[in-house]
Amino acid sequence: MNSLDFSIVLQAWPYLWSGLLFSLSLTAAAFLVGMFLGTLFALVQHFELRVLSQLVRSYVALMRSIPLILVLFWFFFLVPIVLGHLSGNGRPVPVGATYTAFITFGLFEAAYYSEIIRVGLRAVNKGQFEACQALALSTFDTYRHVILPQVFRVASPIILSQTIILFQDTSLVYVLSLTDLLGAASKLAQLHGRLVEMYLAVAVVYLIISCAASQFVASLRKKYAIAGARR
Amino acid sequence: MFTVLLEKTVDGQRYIDWLVSGLGWTLALAFFGWWIAFAVGVVVGIGRTVQNPFFRALARLYVEIFRNIPVLVQMFLWYFVLPELLPTTMGDWIKQIPPPWGTFFPALWCLGLYTAARIAEQVRAGIEALPRGQDEAAAALGLSGYVTYRHIILPQALRLIVPSLTSEVMGIYKNTSVALTIGLMELTAQARQISDATFQTFAAFGAATLIYLALALIAYQAMMLIDKAVRIPGAAPGREADGSDFDAVKLENPVPKGMEIVK
Repeated sequence: MNSLDFSIVLQAWPYLWSGLLFSLSLTAAAFLVGMFLGTLFALVQHFELRVLSQLVRSYVALMRSIPLILVLFWFFFLVPIVLGHLSGNGRPVPVGATYTAFITFGLFEAAYYSEIIRVGLRAVNKGQFEACQALALSTFDTYRHVILPQVFRVASPIILSQTIILFQDTSLVYVLSLTDLLGAASKLAQLHGRLVEMYLAVAVVYLIISCAASQFVASLRKKYAIAGARR
Repeated sequence: MFTVLLEKTVDGQRYIDWLVSGLGWTLALAFFGWWIAFAVGVVVGIGRTVQNPFFRALARLYVEIFRNIPVLVQMFLWYFVLPELLPTTMGDWIKQIPPPWGTFFPALWCLGLYTAARIAEQVRAGIEALPRGQDEAAAALGLSGYVTYRHIILPQALRLIVPSLTSEVMGIYKNTSVALTIGLMELTAQARQISDATFQTFAAFGAATLIYLALALIAYQAMMLIDKAVRIPGAAPGREADGSDFDAVKLENPVPKGMEIVK
Protein backbone atom coordinates (compact mmCIF):
# COMPACT_ATOMS: atom_id res chain seq x y z
CA MET A 1 0.00 0.00 0.00
CA ASN A 2 1.51 3.29 -1.10
CA SER A 3 1.10 6.24 1.20
CA LEU A 4 -1.83 8.38 0.16
CA ASP A 5 -1.12 11.83 -1.18
CA PHE A 6 -4.17 13.96 -1.69
CA SER A 7 -2.20 17.03 -2.80
CA ILE A 8 -2.55 15.64 -6.32
CA VAL A 9 -6.28 16.23 -6.05
CA LEU A 10 -5.73 19.88 -5.18
CA GLN A 11 -3.33 20.34 -8.07
CA ALA A 12 -5.82 18.71 -10.40
CA TRP A 13 -8.73 20.74 -9.11
CA PRO A 14 -9.10 23.14 -12.10
CA TYR A 15 -9.34 20.16 -14.45
CA LEU A 16 -11.77 18.33 -12.18
CA TRP A 17 -13.82 21.51 -11.88
CA SER A 18 -14.20 21.77 -15.65
CA GLY A 19 -15.25 18.12 -15.63
CA LEU A 20 -17.81 18.83 -12.93
CA LEU A 21 -19.15 21.76 -14.96
CA PHE A 22 -19.60 19.41 -17.90
CA SER A 23 -21.48 16.92 -15.70
CA LEU A 24 -23.73 19.70 -14.40
CA SER A 25 -24.44 21.18 -17.82
CA LEU A 26 -25.22 17.73 -19.17
CA THR A 27 -27.61 17.24 -16.25
CA ALA A 28 -29.27 20.61 -16.82
CA ALA A 29 -29.65 20.10 -20.57
CA ALA A 30 -31.01 16.57 -20.14
CA PHE A 31 -33.40 17.87 -17.50
CA LEU A 32 -34.79 20.60 -19.77
CA VAL A 33 -35.04 18.45 -22.90
CA GLY A 34 -36.26 15.47 -20.90
CA MET A 35 -38.96 17.44 -19.11
CA PHE A 36 -40.17 19.09 -22.31
CA LEU A 37 -40.33 15.86 -24.30
CA GLY A 38 -41.49 13.91 -21.27
CA THR A 39 -44.46 16.24 -20.79
CA LEU A 40 -45.31 15.91 -24.49
CA PHE A 41 -45.04 12.11 -24.28
CA ALA A 42 -47.22 12.03 -21.19
CA LEU A 43 -49.87 14.22 -22.81
CA VAL A 44 -49.85 12.08 -25.96
CA GLN A 45 -50.60 9.06 -23.81
CA HIS A 46 -53.06 10.97 -21.68
CA PHE A 47 -55.11 12.00 -24.72
CA GLU A 48 -54.76 8.47 -26.12
CA LEU A 49 -53.85 9.81 -29.56
CA ARG A 50 -54.20 6.78 -31.76
CA VAL A 51 -50.94 5.75 -33.43
CA LEU A 52 -48.78 8.26 -31.60
CA SER A 53 -49.62 7.01 -28.14
CA GLN A 54 -48.72 3.43 -29.13
CA LEU A 55 -45.39 4.67 -30.47
CA VAL A 56 -44.66 6.68 -27.35
CA ARG A 57 -45.59 3.79 -25.10
CA SER A 58 -43.24 1.44 -26.94
CA TYR A 59 -40.46 4.02 -26.86
CA VAL A 60 -40.83 4.53 -23.13
CA ALA A 61 -40.96 0.79 -22.44
CA LEU A 62 -37.88 0.23 -24.59
CA MET A 63 -35.85 2.98 -22.92
CA ARG A 64 -36.78 1.73 -19.48
CA SER A 65 -35.86 -1.86 -20.29
CA ILE A 66 -32.33 -1.51 -21.63
CA PRO A 67 -29.25 -0.22 -19.82
CA LEU A 68 -28.22 3.39 -20.32
CA ILE A 69 -24.77 2.28 -21.47
CA LEU A 70 -26.34 0.32 -24.32
CA VAL A 71 -28.49 3.34 -25.18
CA LEU A 72 -25.33 5.47 -25.31
CA PHE A 73 -23.69 2.96 -27.64
CA TRP A 74 -26.81 2.89 -29.83
CA PHE A 75 -26.98 6.65 -30.16
CA PHE A 76 -23.24 7.00 -30.68
CA PHE A 77 -23.76 4.71 -33.67
CA LEU A 78 -27.18 5.91 -34.84
CA VAL A 79 -27.09 9.70 -34.47
CA PRO A 80 -24.53 10.28 -37.26
CA ILE A 81 -26.53 8.02 -39.59
CA VAL A 82 -29.85 9.69 -38.81
CA LEU A 83 -28.37 13.17 -39.18
CA GLY A 84 -26.85 12.09 -42.49
CA HIS A 85 -30.28 11.11 -43.73
CA LEU A 86 -31.81 14.33 -42.44
CA SER A 87 -29.17 16.48 -44.10
CA GLY A 88 -30.02 14.88 -47.41
CA ASN A 89 -26.75 13.53 -48.76
CA GLY A 90 -27.17 10.25 -46.88
CA ARG A 91 -23.60 10.14 -45.62
CA PRO A 92 -23.14 9.80 -41.85
CA VAL A 93 -22.35 13.12 -40.17
CA PRO A 94 -19.65 12.86 -37.52
CA VAL A 95 -21.16 14.58 -34.48
CA GLY A 96 -18.69 13.64 -31.77
CA ALA A 97 -19.24 12.12 -28.38
CA THR A 98 -20.24 15.36 -26.64
CA TYR A 99 -23.30 16.01 -28.79
CA THR A 100 -24.15 12.32 -28.69
CA ALA A 101 -24.17 12.47 -24.91
CA PHE A 102 -26.44 15.52 -24.85
CA ILE A 103 -28.87 14.00 -27.35
CA THR A 104 -28.88 10.61 -25.66
CA PHE A 105 -29.46 11.88 -22.14
CA GLY A 106 -32.24 14.21 -23.26
CA LEU A 107 -34.10 11.48 -25.12
CA PHE A 108 -33.39 8.81 -22.51
CA GLU A 109 -34.53 10.89 -19.56
CA ALA A 110 -37.67 11.93 -21.45
CA ALA A 111 -38.89 8.35 -21.04
CA TYR A 112 -38.46 8.48 -17.26
CA TYR A 113 -39.93 11.96 -16.82
CA SER A 114 -42.89 11.07 -19.02
CA GLU A 115 -43.77 8.16 -16.72
CA ILE A 116 -43.68 10.44 -13.69
CA ILE A 117 -45.86 13.06 -15.37
CA ARG A 118 -48.22 10.46 -16.77
CA VAL A 119 -48.87 9.10 -13.29
CA GLY A 120 -49.15 12.67 -12.02
CA LEU A 121 -51.81 13.42 -14.63
CA ARG A 122 -53.85 10.48 -13.45
CA ALA A 123 -53.60 11.70 -9.88
CA VAL A 124 -55.34 14.99 -10.68
CA ASN A 125 -58.84 15.08 -9.30
CA LYS A 126 -61.53 14.58 -11.94
CA GLY A 127 -63.39 17.60 -10.63
CA GLN A 128 -60.58 19.83 -11.88
CA PHE A 129 -61.29 18.80 -15.48
CA GLU A 130 -65.01 19.22 -14.96
CA ALA A 131 -64.56 22.65 -13.41
CA CYS A 132 -62.48 23.74 -16.41
CA GLN A 133 -65.19 22.53 -18.71
CA ALA A 134 -67.80 24.38 -16.72
CA LEU A 135 -65.69 27.54 -17.08
CA ALA A 136 -65.49 26.88 -20.84
CA LEU A 137 -61.69 26.87 -20.82
CA SER A 138 -60.10 25.60 -24.01
CA THR A 139 -58.20 22.32 -23.80
CA PHE A 140 -54.93 24.20 -24.10
CA ASP A 141 -55.81 26.61 -21.28
CA THR A 142 -57.07 23.76 -19.12
CA TYR A 143 -53.73 21.98 -19.30
CA ARG A 144 -51.53 25.05 -19.41
CA HIS A 145 -53.07 26.87 -16.46
CA VAL A 146 -54.92 24.32 -14.36
CA ILE A 147 -53.82 20.72 -14.80
CA LEU A 148 -50.08 20.81 -15.55
CA PRO A 149 -49.19 23.26 -12.75
CA GLN A 150 -50.79 20.87 -10.29
CA VAL A 151 -49.04 17.89 -11.83
CA PHE A 152 -45.62 19.54 -11.67
CA ARG A 153 -46.21 20.58 -8.10
CA VAL A 154 -47.37 17.19 -6.88
CA ALA A 155 -44.69 15.34 -8.81
CA SER A 156 -41.85 17.79 -8.12
CA PRO A 157 -40.19 15.71 -5.36
CA ILE A 158 -40.11 12.67 -7.63
CA ILE A 159 -39.02 14.73 -10.63
CA LEU A 160 -36.17 16.19 -8.59
CA SER A 161 -35.17 12.79 -7.18
CA GLN A 162 -35.05 11.50 -10.74
CA THR A 163 -32.84 14.47 -11.62
CA ILE A 164 -30.40 13.53 -8.85
CA ILE A 165 -30.26 10.03 -10.32
CA LEU A 166 -29.74 11.65 -13.72
CA PHE A 167 -26.80 13.63 -12.33
CA GLN A 168 -25.23 10.41 -11.06
CA ASP A 169 -25.96 8.66 -14.34
CA THR A 170 -24.07 11.30 -16.32
CA SER A 171 -20.93 9.59 -15.00
CA LEU A 172 -21.67 6.84 -17.54
CA VAL A 173 -20.44 9.10 -20.36
CA TYR A 174 -17.13 7.61 -19.22
CA VAL A 175 -17.82 4.88 -21.80
CA LEU A 176 -17.68 7.53 -24.54
CA SER A 177 -14.33 8.75 -23.11
CA LEU A 178 -15.79 12.17 -22.34
CA THR A 179 -14.27 14.45 -19.73
CA ASP A 180 -17.00 14.76 -17.16
CA LEU A 181 -16.07 14.76 -13.46
CA LEU A 182 -15.31 11.05 -13.43
CA GLY A 183 -13.70 11.17 -16.87
CA ALA A 184 -11.40 14.00 -15.79
CA ALA A 185 -10.44 12.14 -12.63
CA SER A 186 -9.84 8.93 -14.50
CA LYS A 187 -7.61 10.58 -17.10
CA LEU A 188 -5.50 12.29 -14.44
CA ALA A 189 -5.45 9.17 -12.30
CA GLN A 190 -3.93 7.15 -15.10
CA LEU A 191 -1.52 9.95 -16.01
CA HIS A 192 -0.13 10.26 -12.50
CA GLY A 193 -0.74 6.73 -11.27
CA ARG A 194 -2.88 8.10 -8.43
CA LEU A 195 -6.09 6.12 -8.85
CA VAL A 196 -6.88 5.77 -5.16
CA GLU A 197 -6.77 9.47 -4.32
CA MET A 198 -8.59 10.53 -7.49
CA TYR A 199 -11.44 8.08 -7.29
CA LEU A 200 -11.93 8.66 -3.57
CA ALA A 201 -12.03 12.42 -4.16
CA VAL A 202 -14.54 12.06 -6.97
CA ALA A 203 -16.71 9.78 -4.84
CA VAL A 204 -16.73 12.42 -2.09
CA VAL A 205 -17.67 15.18 -4.54
CA TYR A 206 -20.57 13.14 -5.93
CA LEU A 207 -21.62 12.19 -2.41
CA ILE A 208 -21.68 15.79 -1.18
CA ILE A 209 -23.58 17.13 -4.19
CA SER A 210 -26.15 14.33 -4.22
CA CYS A 211 -26.67 14.44 -0.45
CA ALA A 212 -27.13 18.22 -0.48
CA ALA A 213 -29.56 17.94 -3.37
CA SER A 214 -31.54 15.19 -1.58
CA GLN A 215 -31.77 17.32 1.55
CA PHE A 216 -32.97 20.22 -0.57
CA VAL A 217 -35.65 18.03 -2.16
CA ALA A 218 -36.77 16.81 1.25
CA SER A 219 -37.18 20.39 2.48
CA LEU A 220 -39.05 21.35 -0.69
CA ARG A 221 -41.38 18.42 -0.19
CA LYS A 222 -42.39 19.85 3.17
CA LYS A 223 -42.63 23.44 2.04
CA TYR A 224 -44.44 23.17 -1.26
CA ALA A 225 -46.93 20.41 -0.72
CA ILE A 226 -50.30 21.63 -2.01
CA ALA A 227 -52.27 22.66 1.04
CA GLY A 228 -54.81 20.02 1.92
CA ALA A 229 -53.35 17.43 -0.48
CA ARG A 230 -52.97 13.99 1.04
CA ARG A 231 -49.38 13.80 2.12
CA MET B 1 -30.11 -9.22 -40.24
CA PHE B 2 -28.95 -11.49 -37.46
CA THR B 3 -27.25 -14.05 -39.69
CA VAL B 4 -23.91 -12.49 -38.81
CA LEU B 5 -24.33 -13.96 -35.36
CA LEU B 6 -23.97 -17.44 -36.81
CA GLU B 7 -20.66 -16.66 -38.49
CA LYS B 8 -17.40 -18.00 -37.12
CA THR B 9 -15.26 -15.76 -34.94
CA VAL B 10 -11.48 -15.65 -34.95
CA ASP B 11 -11.38 -17.99 -31.95
CA GLY B 12 -13.43 -20.65 -33.72
CA GLN B 13 -16.73 -19.97 -31.93
CA ARG B 14 -19.75 -18.30 -33.41
CA TYR B 15 -20.62 -14.71 -32.52
CA ILE B 16 -23.79 -15.91 -30.90
CA ASP B 17 -21.65 -17.86 -28.42
CA TRP B 18 -20.11 -14.56 -27.35
CA LEU B 19 -23.58 -13.18 -26.74
CA VAL B 20 -24.65 -16.23 -24.77
CA SER B 21 -21.53 -16.04 -22.62
CA GLY B 22 -22.23 -12.34 -22.04
CA LEU B 23 -25.79 -13.15 -21.09
CA GLY B 24 -24.49 -15.73 -18.62
CA TRP B 25 -22.35 -13.13 -16.83
CA THR B 26 -25.20 -10.62 -16.85
CA LEU B 27 -27.59 -13.14 -15.32
CA ALA B 28 -25.05 -14.35 -12.77
CA LEU B 29 -24.35 -10.77 -11.65
CA ALA B 30 -28.03 -9.86 -11.46
CA PHE B 31 -29.09 -13.06 -9.69
CA PHE B 32 -26.39 -13.32 -7.03
CA GLY B 33 -26.22 -9.54 -6.70
CA TRP B 34 -29.94 -9.51 -5.99
CA TRP B 35 -29.65 -11.90 -3.06
CA ILE B 36 -26.81 -9.89 -1.54
CA ALA B 37 -28.89 -6.75 -2.05
CA PHE B 38 -32.00 -8.29 -0.57
CA ALA B 39 -30.26 -9.69 2.52
CA VAL B 40 -28.32 -6.51 3.27
CA GLY B 41 -31.25 -4.31 2.29
CA VAL B 42 -33.65 -5.97 4.71
CA VAL B 43 -31.15 -5.71 7.57
CA VAL B 44 -30.39 -2.04 6.85
CA GLY B 45 -34.06 -1.28 6.32
CA ILE B 46 -34.86 -2.73 9.73
CA GLY B 47 -31.98 -0.71 11.14
CA ARG B 48 -33.63 2.44 9.86
CA THR B 49 -36.73 1.74 11.98
CA VAL B 50 -35.38 0.41 15.31
CA GLN B 51 -35.43 2.42 18.54
CA ASN B 52 -31.67 2.37 19.12
CA PRO B 53 -30.31 5.70 17.80
CA PHE B 54 -26.87 4.21 17.11
CA PHE B 55 -28.20 1.56 14.73
CA ARG B 56 -30.54 4.06 13.13
CA ALA B 57 -27.68 6.43 12.41
CA LEU B 58 -25.54 3.59 11.10
CA ALA B 59 -28.27 2.41 8.74
CA ARG B 60 -28.91 5.96 7.56
CA LEU B 61 -25.20 6.46 6.90
CA TYR B 62 -25.13 3.27 4.83
CA VAL B 63 -28.10 4.34 2.74
CA GLU B 64 -26.82 7.88 2.15
CA ILE B 65 -23.35 6.74 1.12
CA PHE B 66 -24.39 3.94 -1.21
CA ARG B 67 -27.27 5.83 -2.75
CA ASN B 68 -25.47 9.09 -3.40
CA ILE B 69 -22.36 7.86 -5.18
CA PRO B 70 -22.85 6.89 -8.83
CA VAL B 71 -22.74 3.16 -9.32
CA LEU B 72 -19.92 3.53 -11.84
CA VAL B 73 -17.77 5.34 -9.27
CA GLN B 74 -18.58 2.63 -6.73
CA MET B 75 -17.49 0.06 -9.29
CA PHE B 76 -14.10 1.80 -9.56
CA LEU B 77 -13.81 2.02 -5.79
CA TRP B 78 -14.30 -1.73 -5.42
CA TYR B 79 -12.06 -2.64 -8.32
CA PHE B 80 -9.23 -0.10 -8.28
CA VAL B 81 -9.25 1.45 -4.81
CA LEU B 82 -10.11 -1.32 -2.34
CA PRO B 83 -7.09 -3.57 -3.11
CA GLU B 84 -4.80 -0.57 -2.57
CA LEU B 85 -6.31 0.31 0.78
CA LEU B 86 -6.12 -3.22 2.18
CA PRO B 87 -2.88 -4.55 3.71
CA THR B 88 -0.37 -5.25 0.92
CA THR B 89 -0.52 -9.05 1.05
CA MET B 90 -4.27 -9.09 0.90
CA GLY B 91 -4.42 -6.45 -1.83
CA ASP B 92 -1.90 -8.38 -3.92
CA TRP B 93 -3.89 -11.54 -3.42
CA ILE B 94 -7.03 -9.82 -4.68
CA LYS B 95 -5.20 -8.41 -7.68
CA GLN B 96 -3.96 -11.88 -8.60
CA ILE B 97 -7.43 -13.43 -8.82
CA PRO B 98 -7.52 -14.63 -12.43
CA PRO B 99 -10.00 -13.08 -14.88
CA PRO B 100 -12.94 -13.11 -15.23
CA TRP B 101 -13.36 -13.68 -11.47
CA GLY B 102 -11.10 -10.75 -10.68
CA THR B 103 -13.70 -8.43 -12.20
CA PHE B 104 -16.79 -10.48 -11.43
CA PHE B 105 -16.50 -10.31 -7.64
CA PRO B 106 -15.92 -6.55 -7.35
CA ALA B 107 -18.86 -6.04 -9.71
CA LEU B 108 -20.95 -8.40 -7.61
CA TRP B 109 -20.22 -6.61 -4.30
CA CYS B 110 -20.71 -3.26 -5.99
CA LEU B 111 -24.11 -4.03 -7.48
CA GLY B 112 -25.28 -5.95 -4.41
CA LEU B 113 -24.40 -3.29 -1.89
CA TYR B 114 -25.57 -0.42 -4.12
CA THR B 115 -28.96 -2.03 -4.71
CA ALA B 116 -29.16 -2.92 -1.01
CA ALA B 117 -29.32 0.77 -0.12
CA ARG B 118 -32.28 1.20 -2.44
CA ILE B 119 -34.02 -1.91 -1.12
CA ALA B 120 -33.41 -0.72 2.43
CA GLU B 121 -35.43 2.41 1.71
CA GLN B 122 -38.28 0.32 0.32
CA VAL B 123 -38.19 -1.96 3.38
CA ARG B 124 -38.24 1.07 5.66
CA ALA B 125 -41.20 2.52 3.75
CA GLY B 126 -43.01 -0.81 4.06
CA ILE B 127 -42.39 -1.03 7.78
CA GLU B 128 -43.46 2.56 8.37
CA ALA B 129 -46.60 1.99 6.34
CA LEU B 130 -47.85 -0.60 8.83
CA PRO B 131 -50.36 0.65 11.39
CA ARG B 132 -48.80 1.44 14.79
CA GLY B 133 -51.33 -0.95 16.27
CA GLN B 134 -49.29 -3.88 14.99
CA ASP B 135 -46.30 -2.78 17.04
CA GLU B 136 -48.41 -1.99 20.06
CA ALA B 137 -50.34 -5.25 19.91
CA ALA B 138 -47.05 -7.16 19.75
CA ALA B 139 -45.78 -5.21 22.75
CA ALA B 140 -49.02 -5.86 24.63
CA LEU B 141 -48.56 -9.57 24.01
CA GLY B 142 -45.11 -9.29 25.56
CA LEU B 143 -43.28 -10.20 22.34
CA SER B 144 -39.60 -9.30 22.21
CA GLY B 145 -38.29 -6.86 19.59
CA TYR B 146 -36.77 -9.71 17.59
CA VAL B 147 -39.96 -11.79 17.58
CA THR B 148 -42.03 -8.73 16.70
CA TYR B 149 -39.91 -8.00 13.64
CA ARG B 150 -39.53 -11.64 12.66
CA HIS B 151 -43.18 -12.68 12.96
CA ILE B 152 -45.28 -9.50 12.87
CA ILE B 153 -43.57 -6.61 11.09
CA LEU B 154 -41.41 -8.17 8.39
CA PRO B 155 -43.90 -10.67 6.98
CA GLN B 156 -46.36 -7.83 6.41
CA ALA B 157 -43.88 -5.18 5.28
CA LEU B 158 -42.15 -7.43 2.76
CA ARG B 159 -45.44 -8.48 1.22
CA LEU B 160 -46.43 -4.83 0.96
CA ILE B 161 -43.33 -3.76 -0.96
CA VAL B 162 -43.21 -6.45 -3.66
CA PRO B 163 -44.51 -4.02 -6.33
CA SER B 164 -41.87 -1.40 -5.48
CA LEU B 165 -39.17 -4.09 -5.48
CA THR B 166 -39.99 -4.71 -9.14
CA SER B 167 -38.18 -1.55 -10.16
CA GLU B 168 -35.16 -2.60 -8.08
CA VAL B 169 -35.08 -5.95 -9.90
CA MET B 170 -35.25 -4.09 -13.21
CA GLY B 171 -32.57 -1.73 -11.92
CA ILE B 172 -30.04 -4.39 -10.94
CA TYR B 173 -30.14 -6.26 -14.23
CA LYS B 174 -29.73 -3.01 -16.14
CA ASN B 175 -26.88 -1.90 -13.90
CA THR B 176 -24.96 -5.10 -14.62
CA SER B 177 -23.84 -3.37 -17.81
CA VAL B 178 -21.76 -0.98 -15.70
CA ALA B 179 -19.44 -3.93 -15.03
CA LEU B 180 -18.09 -3.58 -18.56
CA THR B 181 -16.16 -0.51 -17.40
CA ILE B 182 -13.90 -2.72 -15.27
CA GLY B 183 -13.57 -5.24 -18.07
CA LEU B 184 -16.19 -7.88 -17.34
CA MET B 185 -17.46 -9.22 -20.67
CA GLU B 186 -21.15 -9.12 -19.95
CA LEU B 187 -23.90 -8.75 -22.52
CA THR B 188 -23.39 -5.11 -23.54
CA ALA B 189 -19.62 -5.57 -23.72
CA GLN B 190 -20.02 -8.63 -25.92
CA ALA B 191 -22.42 -6.78 -28.19
CA ARG B 192 -19.88 -4.01 -28.61
CA GLN B 193 -17.12 -6.54 -29.25
CA ILE B 194 -19.20 -8.20 -31.97
CA SER B 195 -19.94 -4.78 -33.46
CA ASP B 196 -16.23 -3.93 -33.48
CA ALA B 197 -15.29 -7.27 -35.03
CA THR B 198 -17.95 -7.44 -37.75
CA PHE B 199 -19.09 -3.82 -38.28
CA GLN B 200 -22.63 -5.24 -38.09
CA THR B 201 -23.59 -2.78 -35.39
CA PHE B 202 -27.33 -3.07 -35.99
CA ALA B 203 -27.31 -6.83 -35.59
CA ALA B 204 -25.02 -6.80 -32.56
CA PHE B 205 -26.79 -4.09 -30.57
CA GLY B 206 -30.19 -5.23 -31.83
CA ALA B 207 -29.64 -8.73 -30.50
CA ALA B 208 -28.49 -7.39 -27.14
CA THR B 209 -31.48 -5.05 -26.98
CA LEU B 210 -33.90 -7.89 -27.67
CA ILE B 211 -32.29 -10.00 -24.94
CA TYR B 212 -32.54 -7.15 -22.42
CA LEU B 213 -36.18 -6.62 -23.41
CA ALA B 214 -36.92 -10.30 -22.86
CA LEU B 215 -35.18 -10.16 -19.46
CA ALA B 216 -37.22 -7.11 -18.50
CA LEU B 217 -40.43 -8.85 -19.47
CA ILE B 218 -39.53 -12.00 -17.53
CA ALA B 219 -38.48 -10.04 -14.45
CA TYR B 220 -41.65 -7.97 -14.59
CA GLN B 221 -43.97 -10.94 -15.01
CA ALA B 222 -42.19 -12.89 -12.28
CA MET B 223 -42.55 -10.03 -9.82
CA MET B 224 -46.24 -9.67 -10.72
CA LEU B 225 -46.78 -13.36 -10.03
CA ILE B 226 -44.99 -13.07 -6.71
CA ASP B 227 -47.04 -10.02 -5.84
CA LYS B 228 -50.26 -11.80 -6.67
CA ALA B 229 -49.22 -14.83 -4.63
CA VAL B 230 -48.20 -12.98 -1.48
CA ARG B 231 -50.39 -9.88 -1.55
CA ILE B 232 -52.09 -9.19 1.76
CA PRO B 233 -55.83 -9.69 1.16
CA GLY B 234 -57.51 -6.30 1.10
CA ALA B 235 -54.27 -4.35 0.60
CA ALA B 236 -54.05 -1.98 -2.36
CA PRO B 237 -53.61 -3.90 -5.62
CA GLY B 238 -50.22 -3.90 -7.28
CA ARG B 239 -49.35 -2.15 -10.45
CA GLU B 240 -50.17 -4.74 -13.05
CA ALA B 241 -53.26 -2.71 -13.91
CA ASP B 242 -51.36 0.17 -15.47
CA GLY B 243 -48.39 -1.84 -16.70
CA SER B 244 -45.83 0.41 -15.12
CA ASP B 245 -43.22 -0.26 -12.50
CA PHE B 246 -43.61 3.26 -11.28
CA ASP B 247 -45.54 3.41 -8.06
CA ALA B 248 -48.68 5.43 -8.60
CA VAL B 249 -49.55 5.11 -4.94
CA LYS B 250 -46.31 6.85 -4.06
CA LEU B 251 -47.42 9.98 -5.86
CA GLU B 252 -50.87 10.26 -4.45
CA ASN B 253 -49.96 9.08 -1.02
CA PRO B 254 -46.31 8.43 -0.28
CA VAL B 255 -46.10 5.28 1.81
CA PRO B 256 -43.79 6.54 4.58
CA LYS B 257 -45.87 9.59 5.32
CA GLY B 258 -49.20 8.02 4.50
CA MET B 259 -49.71 6.43 7.86
CA GLU B 260 -49.56 9.67 9.76
CA ILE B 261 -53.27 9.90 9.12
CA VAL B 262 -53.73 6.72 11.10
CA LYS B 263 -51.36 7.63 13.93
